[in-house]
Parts: sequence; C-alpha cells; structure tokens
Amino acid sequence: MVPSPGRVPFEVLVEHHGAAMLRLCRALVGFQEAEDVWQETFLAALRAYPELDDGANTEAWLATIAKHKATDHHRRGARLPAPMPELPEAADPGSAVGLPLEAAELWTLVATLPPKQRAAIGYHYLAGLPFARIGELLGNTEAAARRAAADGMKTLRARTNGDLP
Amino acid sequence: MTTTHTPEFPTLAALGSPEALAFDDDAVGRLSRSLSAAAEAEGLVDVAYRSVDTPVGPLLLAATAAGLVRVAYAVEDHGAVLELLAKTISPRVLKAPKRLDTVARELEEYFAGTRRVFDVPLDFRLATGFRLNVLAALPRIGYGHTASYAAVAELAGNPRAMRAVGTACAKNPLPVVVPCHRVVRSDGSQGGYLGGAVAKSLLLALEAGTRG
Repeated sequence: MVPSPGRVPFEVLVEHHGAAMLRLCRALVGFQEAEDVWQETFLAALRAYPELDDGANTEAWLATIAKHKATDHHRRGARLPAPMPELPEAADPGSAVGLPLEAAELWTLVATLPPKQRAAIGYHYLAGLPFARIGELLGNTEAAARRAAADGMKTLRARTNGDLP
Repeated sequence: MTTTHTPEFPTLAALGSPEALAFDDDAVGRLSRSLSAAAEAEGLVDVAYRSVDTPVGPLLLAATAAGLVRVAYAVEDHGAVLELLAKTISPRVLKAPKRLDTVARELEEYFAGTRRVFDVPLDFRLATGFRLNVLAALPRIGYGHTASYAAVAELAGNPRAMRAVGTACAKNPLPVVVPCHRVVRSDGSQGGYLGGAVAKSLLLALEAGTRG
C-alpha cells in the first residue's frame, strides 16, 4: 500500500465516472455486454490505481482501459457468429426494465454503426474525450476521429428521423 | 469536480432524458456493489467503508485487512476523512459494507445497551508514539466508568502528559470503539469531545444507564 498524495478514493471515481463509462461501454460493445466490460474496466482500474500518475486525467485513463477491455471482449467473441442487434429488452429481462423506449431504440441504432464510428461517438459524446485523444485510441488522427463521429451522428440523425432504414 | 458527461446533443437526447439517466444510475449502483464484492474477493480493497446510523448521528466505519482503522463522526466530514485515508493508507478505498458487518452489529448492540465491550480487530496505524499508548490504555476504563486526563496519563505510562492525553483523545481515530468519551476533567465536568458535547453526554448517559 503506497501513500498517494492527491489521489481521491477509488469510490469517488466510480461515482463520478461510472455512468459515463457505462454509456461508453454500451457504444463499444453493445448494450447487452456493456455491464461485463464495465466490471472488467473498473476492476482493472482499481488494480492499477495506486500506480497512476498524480494529476492524470482519470476519465481518459478509464476510457483507455475500457477500450482494452472492449478489445479483449471482441477477441473472445470473435469465434462466435456476430449476433444481429436486438432490442435490449429481448436480451436480458430484468436488467433493461425501466429503460425508456427511445433510449433503447437509440442504443440499438448505435449498435448498427461501424465500430470506429460507434467508438468515436462513445469517446467524444458519452465520455467527453477530445478528438486528438480519440485519434490516438482509434489508431488514426484527430481529423479522422472527428469525421468518424460526425459520420456516425449523421447516420443516427437520419435513422432517428426515419430517413434511413 | 464532477466531470460526468451526459449526452446533451439533440441526436443523443434520448440517452440523456431524466428516465434514461435514472436507469443508468440504478445500473451503476448495482454494478458498483458487485464491483466491491469482486474486488474484495481479489484482495483489492485496501480500505473498505460504510456508514451506520446511530443515536450520535451517522458514523463512518473504515477497515483495512488488519482491522477497523477509522470511526468518524459527521462533524469530521466523512468525505474529507475518506480522502485522507486515500492519501495516507491507499487510494484503493471502496464502499464494501461486508467487511464492516461485525462492527456495525456490535455498535447497534452497544447503542441498544446490550454490549459493553467491542471485540473486533483494530488497526491502530493512524496513531503512533504516546498517542498510541493512550489509545491502548483507554479500554482499561471500564464501561460505565470515567477517568480523568491525569489518570489516563498515568495509565499510559507518563503521569505528567495530561495535555498529550487530551490531544490523543481529540485525535482518536476510533472513537466510541476506543472509549475516549470516558475521559473527563478532574473536577468531574465532562470536558471536550471530538464528536461534540452532545455525543459525549449521550454516550456517558447510555453507559450509566440513565439515558432515557
């Protein structure tokens, strides 16, 4: 146990970033798998927390861990046939009770976007990361990340307006 | 300091509706409870905490793997106490109530008048030197009894260190469980207390059997 000047209790991190990270995980791996990835993310973060640099941006740090956990998750699931996106209610009765229909439908639409677009939207609009950082996470550039998010948002806008199937 | 992002863009508005946010908060509450359990199982919770409601107000209870390390009154500011624990012991501080079940039950019994002695393991790492001697001596003042600062100084092995006894009591990391409330002035008046005068008189009345 190492004393850490400036480090807040881990519970505070969960309280402050838990919901945003859950939404990010949903964008990265879909609604049904998000909770597992969230757990793995926060457990890994807790393990590494004492070694985190003081003054580090904890949100960007958590988002990076979420990215790794989502990648692990995709790798594990790679051998399985890719499931068609379903409405969350169908997947896990109980866990989605109380989720408004509009939100459920939007999550389903997000799941239909190409992975980079989903990720860019998740990192920027749901986790609040700047595009320069997102470019690094996606292995491309700030401009490419910005474009991916814009393209994804455009598709979502069109689909929520019923302009696209 | 909160940096939680809620979707506030028209296209994503459905994700930021009050109902959707409430749903997400519920999910995070459930997830953080199972995170605590998983973290406990993996030995990753260096400081576990919970709070309990008592007749002297909400008490924060915090424990390391070695034992109960901190009991704090509301006036001490529980958030500030947890931040200090994160800095001095480990930042792996999680709300993990299970580890504190036993002491919570013993406190409940104590406030119900059915328990006189606490027998949970204590971690005294937040007190050192003479302060530690004082804390070690305090349980020798029996339930329902009081002792003067001078008497405690003597019990702690330094009869002239009355002021240091006062400091040790004022900084007791484990109030109620380590009974600094039983230390009073030699003229019989109650003296100060880290949890406030009202809490001290309530504890003394409880132990005297005159609380009613």
